[in-house]
Amino acid sequence: MVLVLVPLLALGSAIEPYPFESELQEQRFKALAEELRCTVCQNQSLADSDAPLARDLREELFRMLQDNRSDQEIRNFMVERYGNYVLYRPPLAGHTLLLWGGPIVLLVIGLIAALIVIRKRRQAL
Amino acid sequence: MIRLLIPLIVFAGLVALLIAGLQTGDERKLVQSPLIGKPVPDFSLPGLHDPDTVRTRDELLGEPFILNVWGSWCWACRVEHPFVERLGQEAGIPLVGFNWKDERADALEWIERFGDAWDFHLVDYEGRVAIDLGVYGAPETFLIDHRGIIRHKHIGPIDATVFDELLRRIMEMQAEAE
Repeated sequence: MVLVLVPLLALGSAIEPYPFESELQEQRFKALAEELRCTVCQNQSLADSDAPLARDLREELFRMLQDNRSDQEIRNFMVERYGNYVLYRPPLAGHTLLLWGGPIVLLVIGLIAALIVIRKRRQAL
Repeated sequence: MIRLLIPLIVFAGLVALLIAGLQTGDERKLVQSPLIGKPVPDFSLPGLHDPDTVRTRDELLGEPFILNVWGSWCWACRVEHPFVERLGQEAGIPLVGFNWKDERADALEWIERFGDAWDFHLVDYEGRVAIDLGVYGAPETFLIDHRGIIRHKHIGPIDATVFDELLRRIMEMQAEAE
């Protein structure tokens, strides 16, 4: 029964069923496939994409997990080949500082502006 | 007066940022491979015409060569084919075809139809070596120097605008090898 159902369940998603050794391994696989970008697609992760390259990379990902490689090792493997572009969460570095810090800076500016406006209104009352 | 201008300035700033974002959007395609300046990854791959002949990376080293990723399924490879032919004639270094995720029969038929511009082909049906090379589409063209260092990668079809640039880089590698 399970043998019949498993392939049917797999039809719904791009991810093909892999013989995972454990639930933990499967979770790691899914998490990594979600956070790695499919480089040939318009903004899709490896998990979302049906592109042949995404399929190959998922296979590679599975192989590496079975090889007992750590998440970071797997990320490094991808970055060495495709650059930081494959990461949906780019590393904190000089050229990505604006990306990471930008929202915080904007938030602070907004808060200060709001405070100034509120104070002025109070004074006016 | 200045107070009235502040929102306008902020708005103009935002517009400028968005325009800049739109214009740099395409530059992603120009992002160079992180492998440039690094040795070409190790491989041993069979030929296309000669599936029994397996060539390794080390056999190819010693002189510069061009590695052109193509597939019979790849539409843009047809577009660039005349330029690949010209490259083969003018480059003076081996032009190696990297037949990626293709079927042998399809690839042979394609060559029959459009012409074999390459000196020989390496076949990567599984796409494992392609992953090591960071290939993410076809066509892609790598320039590899005599020490096996990847010097340049062109993503997308070779056309008139990049042809001379590729040739210039090839001459440079040749000069270094001598």
